[in-house]
Amino acid sequence: MQFFLEVLIGGLLAGVMYSLVALGFVLIYKASGVFNFAQGAMVFFAALTFVGLQEKFGLPFGVTLALSLAAMVVLGVLTERIVLRPLVNQPQITLFMATIGLTFFIEGLAQLIWGTEVRRLDLGIQDEPIEALMERFNILVSRFDVAAALVAGVLVAVLAVFFNKTRIGRALRAVADDHQAAMAVGIPLKQIWAIVWSVAGFVALVAGLLWGARNGVQFALTFVALKALPVLILGGFESILGAIVGGLIIGASEKLAEVYLGPMIGGGIEGWFAYIMALLFLLVRPEGLFGEKHIDRV
Amino acid sequence: MTASAAASPATSPQGEVLLAVNNIEVIYDHVILVLKGVSLALPRGRIVALLGGNGAGKTTTLKAVSNLLASERGEVTKGSIEFKGERIDRLNPSELVKRGVVQVMEGRHCFQHLTVEENLLTGAFTRSASRGEIKADLERVYAFFPRLKVRRASQSGYTSGGEQQMTAIGRALMARPTTILLDEPSMGLAPQVVEEIFEIVRDLNAREGVSFLLAEQNTMVALRYADYGYILENGRIVMDGDAESLRSNQDVKEFYLGLSSAGRKSFRDAKHYRRRKRWLA
Repeated sequence: MQFFLEVLIGGLLAGVMYSLVALGFVLIYKASGVFNFAQGAMVFFAALTFVGLQEKFGLPFGVTLALSLAAMVVLGVLTERIVLRPLVNQPQITLFMATIGLTFFIEGLAQLIWGTEVRRLDLGIQDEPIEALMERFNILVSRFDVAAALVAGVLVAVLAVFFNKTRIGRALRAVADDHQAAMAVGIPLKQIWAIVWSVAGFVALVAGLLWGARNGVQFALTFVALKALPVLILGGFESILGAIVGGLIIGASEKLAEVYLGPMIGGGIEGWFAYIMALLFLLVRPEGLFGEKHIDRV
Repeated sequence: MTASAAASPATSPQGEVLLAVNNIEVIYDHVILVLKGVSLALPRGRIVALLGGNGAGKTTTLKAVSNLLASERGEVTKGSIEFKGERIDRLNPSELVKRGVVQVMEGRHCFQHLTVEENLLTGAFTRSASRGEIKADLERVYAFFPRLKVRRASQSGYTSGGEQQMTAIGRALMARPTTILLDEPSMGLAPQVVEEIFEIVRDLNAREGVSFLLAEQNTMVALRYADYGYILENGRIVMDGDAESLRSNQDVKEFYLGLSSAGRKSFRDAKHYRRRKRWLA
């Protein structure tokens, strides 16, 4: 039982890390109906920028964070101006293709500026078991994982309020539903998109820091985006809550499957189990757990 | 134009002109000529109808005014558009809304996943009004559309066509416009609901002094509520006049209202007659 709990908790916390990446996708999808292929590259760019600035100038943590955030905002605004603005009212697939191109550009740009070697990122949080839990319940839970989960929790709460309660958030959702109608009521598309991409850049920064601290800042960071895909399919592309719940489910089931199903079929199923789940889920509920239903009037 | 001269002695509607479209030409995709010199005037506090069949250029005219053409690769290549005497053809839609010109698009275009109330609130986006003011305006809209108040918390994608049309008009009202460009409000609605919508338009016009430029295929209804009408055919204004005179005009009766003194003519006769007529015009 203890072992089961340990695996479950470890899985759930790992899932939160997936959710963080998935959140970035959700933001942009909600506000522009575009699946942003470049989200993984943005995570990479953010983490690399942070580490690079830290190495180069050795400024305090807060200052470096602010500078990295500024870099992400600039990236977001430039993306709007150069990539999205000429494509207003084009089919979504066109915008999607544009983000594929953007991916390669951002990856290249990051490495051009900061180099290609693997770097260590230290956030000052130890990846060690929490002693109190270990003594009392004999369960190993990483301090780092708990910290990451807390960060994700706060982020989600802030975003949820932003989207549902503020004037800008409402405008973002309006733009996602109907570009033209949003323009007709006077919502300036350009500003809205710049805001969305900046917020997505901020989320990418948070995800990049946590993932970078765990695995090292390297090109492989771009692939964490692939792990976000099953999370999105499970949770629904438009739902912030879905990104979280989807992440938890994927994280937990992945670890549990590895431990309990793994031995039966020779192990190594952690790598692909999430995708199988997503595939099965698509058959049953294609819009995801919390995704917006496609509304059709008949 | 000979046709318009025959229709009425007055060549433009009476009153101080709020919105003036002067001989505009619109080209889509650099090659498709859609409007071939359209001029019209909307006086303050009036309802002016823009009539004509499918593809005549009604929607394009409205979008030229509200500047939504650019996103469809359309362009005003000649002529000018003035609002309160100032050129507005280079303004973006957002600035235009701030000046008081809002378009309600054909097919309603509500934000489906937002609630009715959220839809209305997006209409106030351009205003820097206080919470209390917005709240008061919301109540004002609900007073015109009591049905929306009942459905305020429903996702608008699940409301009826009539309710969506009301939401779209209400949303435009939240910007506190002086002029609403209303495109095809009757589309896909039951006749009774169409009456209801037009009654509200008349009400808004009378009580709030909102001027309407109304594009409609439903000539019969539009001419009952409008003060003045323009008939658009093939990208040109072919006739204009007071609503009264248009309604009693023989040609309008025949082509747009489907009535004639000698009973209903066959479509083939009409087509032939119309073709001849166009040569004369």
